Amino acid sequence: MKAVTGNRLSDGAVVYLTNEDQWTEKFANAARFVTEDGPDVLAAAQTRSAEIADVYLIDIDEEGALSGRAVVRETIRTLGPSVRPDLGYQAGGEL
Amino acid sequence: MYRYDEFDATMVAERVEQFRGQVARRLSGDLTEDQFKPLRLMNGLYLQLHAYMLRVAIPYGTLSSKQMRALAEASRKYDKGYAHFTTRQNLQYNWPALVDVPDLLDDLAKVEMHAIQTSGNCIRNVTSDQYAGAAQGEVEDPRIWCEVIRQWSTFHPEFSYLPRKFKIAVTACDHDRAAVKVHDIGLRLYKNDAGETGFEVMVGGGLGRTPYIGQTIRKFLPKDHLLSYLEAILRVYNLQGRRDNMYKARIKILLNAKGADDFASLVEKEWAAMDAKDVDLPADEIARIRDYFAAPEFEPLPETSAGLDSNSTKNKAFGRWVRTNTHGHRAPGYAIVNISLKPIGGIPGDASDAQMDAVADIAEQHSFDEIRVTHEQNLVLPHVKKDDLYAVYLALEAAELATANIGLVSDIIACPGLDYCSLANTRSIPIAQRISERFADLGVQEDIGELKIKISGCINACGHHHVGHIGILGVDKKGEEFYQITLGGSGAEDASIGEIAGRGLSSGEVVDAVEKLVGYYRENRQDTERFLDTYRRLGAEKFKEALYAAA
Amino acid sequence: MPLLKLIGDRLLPAIEEAKNEVSLEDWRANRIAHPDATALVIPNDADIDDLRCDVSGFSAIILEFPAFKDGRAYSQARLLRERIGYTGEIRARGDVLRDQLLYMVRCGVNGFEIAGAASDGAETALQEFSFAYQASSDGATPVWKRRRNRAAAA
Ligand code: SF4
Repeated sequence: MKAVTGNRLSDGAVVYLTNEDQWTEKFANAARFVTEDGPDVLAAAQTRSAEIADVYLIDIDEEGALSGRAVVRETIRTLGPSVRPDLGYQAGGEL
Repeated sequence: MYRYDEFDATMVAERVEQFRGQVARRLSGDLTEDQFKPLRLMNGLYLQLHAYMLRVAIPYGTLSSKQMRALAEASRKYDKGYAHFTTRQNLQYNWPALVDVPDLLDDLAKVEMHAIQTSGNCIRNVTSDQYAGAAQGEVEDPRIWCEVIRQWSTFHPEFSYLPRKFKIAVTACDHDRAAVKVHDIGLRLYKNDAGETGFEVMVGGGLGRTPYIGQTIRKFLPKDHLLSYLEAILRVYNLQGRRDNMYKARIKILLNAKGADDFASLVEKEWAAMDAKDVDLPADEIARIRDYFAAPEFEPLPETSAGLDSNSTKNKAFGRWVRTNTHGHRAPGYAIVNISLKPIGGIPGDASDAQMDAVADIAEQHSFDEIRVTHEQNLVLPHVKKDDLYAVYLALEAAELATANIGLVSDIIACPGLDYCSLANTRSIPIAQRISERFADLGVQEDIGELKIKISGCINACGHHHVGHIGILGVDKKGEEFYQITLGGSGAEDASIGEIAGRGLSSGEVVDAVEKLVGYYRENRQDTERFLDTYRRLGAEKFKEALYAAA
Repeated sequence: MPLLKLIGDRLLPAIEEAKNEVSLEDWRANRIAHPDATALVIPNDADIDDLRCDVSGFSAIILEFPAFKDGRAYSQARLLRERIGYTGEIRARGDVLRDQLLYMVRCGVNGFEIAGAASDGAETALQEFSFAYQASSDGATPVWKRRRNRAAAA
């Protein structure tokens, strides 16, 4: 399955597309799409260029956990730098 | 230090306003991300994994206390209270919001700082010897020429859309601390047999995917003709450098495709054909710039300091720090102090706002207001009285900046890697931290002696792994972090590119591997040999065997 | 594709009859076949030094910027002005963007084929900087000369 992610234009924060078509900072609230819908959802998200930069699809499994080749990278994006646990979303506790 | 006059100040202020306009056009939707990206990159603004990253230029690595304080203040106001010093003697903020960047740049412009040309396919911030103006045996202060190049290359209309980025480094000592042979252009200022000063011009060095050591295309260039000669090199490159493949676009590829001799004759031909008189600066302008770099007024002092000697006997840790972190100064009774930004287990190159403020205070009190940034991600206080060293040490220790490990195994260069960088294959920082912790004992480190470990999180080689005595390169192996070891590299005057040791290692194996290599060196070294010397004497095979021998 | 021209230090929209264009390749293959050609289109890998005898008869030389990143024609423009002394129109064609106009002007370009939307604010693009550090083809007084003039006046 897929989720849509990008960085918010105004401050660069990592965000995910929700079921309500909003952008959320919480990976747990990211909408899940079946892989075949990925390209269409991405194309729609890419039109929102005044809100977001660098939108792309990431792989998730049936349970909604990150998967695939980029799993280390995407995990670090959901949390924050692994060498600074006091910074990024991990610092806030809830993801 | 160079000080802006109204022309310099106006140029920087106008650049901030121009960028403010570009940001506004992006936020209003007038510019798409594709259109905006090259514009923000030209001003050092990247989009990384977690946020934007702003790279601030520290021209040739020289800072005043006031500038350091402004950098600290900006890290509090617009970032998360810290910043990262880079291998290009620059500084990076990891979390600024796009909407704040124009204001941040405005604040920096007030202290004569900017982010101009810190990215993009243009001539980047010129780097130099961190000991410039303080080093023994220097022909003249190389920063004079760095500043000459800075002004010439700033907003250069012809050379802002080069095939690829372009890096120039200048040194004026026989011992090369500026790694000039791994730059697109390396300039070594020296006196020839006739007693004239001029530059040896080396072209085509560089790391990245295809590392090369620069080749000399002109043995001696009279220094007054520096700019026209650079213009000739850049024009040949701009017109003939490859643009079909970004991995083959650096000048090193062009030079090696043509051969150094043919490349040199193209440059000489262009140089002869151009009208140099408006390019080369006249003597009075060079003299104007030179005056800013006049040496501070050193007190006449005896070479030795009784206080220093007694304190180093009393306080062993101080004694060690003096041995590892200070360096001979050209003025009697003075020393150059290196401030390590590599605490054991810390993040190489990071400094907190409080640490930056502390360094600013110490420099103001004890180093004629001057601070340098090194390409090894440390700081330098260039002019400290030997009598003051103990006070400086205590002040640094209070700020957790007194780790006595300069040039040693834990003085590791590491790029930001996958903890921050969107291009990374793997993390770099945690590897550096674990190696540093493994060799935590400073006595052991001192016994091991000079050992340069350099780590890059991808083939872009920002961590200079090719020129590490031990280089570590992060590679992606089916989604897992793997590391390739290279051996025998050097970025100094004996420059060489490291050789790949063998199969990649998992992140768990890397630290053990380094320990094995160091162990083999300690068993086999002769006399005062450094790791690199032993490696060169015994050859790669022996070290590879030691590295991959079953445990 | 609107055309802008540099008049004095201003960029103004220009309306003019179409140029009769010929590519460098065609021109070289058979010069007499193009008696009415008024503009020569030069690819950005052409060696300007070889063009000395070719350019003088044309009222415009068209330089190509196939992508904004491809900066070869900046050097070509300077060489046309400074090495060959070409005084006619040098026109930029291709991926010509507002934020590049200043550098193009500084390199001697004085005609611009620029996409409609991209031309917004083109007028102000040339006014963003009061000075230039280097001498180039636009004849601007470099900063070091201004310093010297100021010192002489003081
Ligand atoms: S070497 Fe690669 S991972 Fe490291 S900072 Fe450079 S681009 Fe990023």
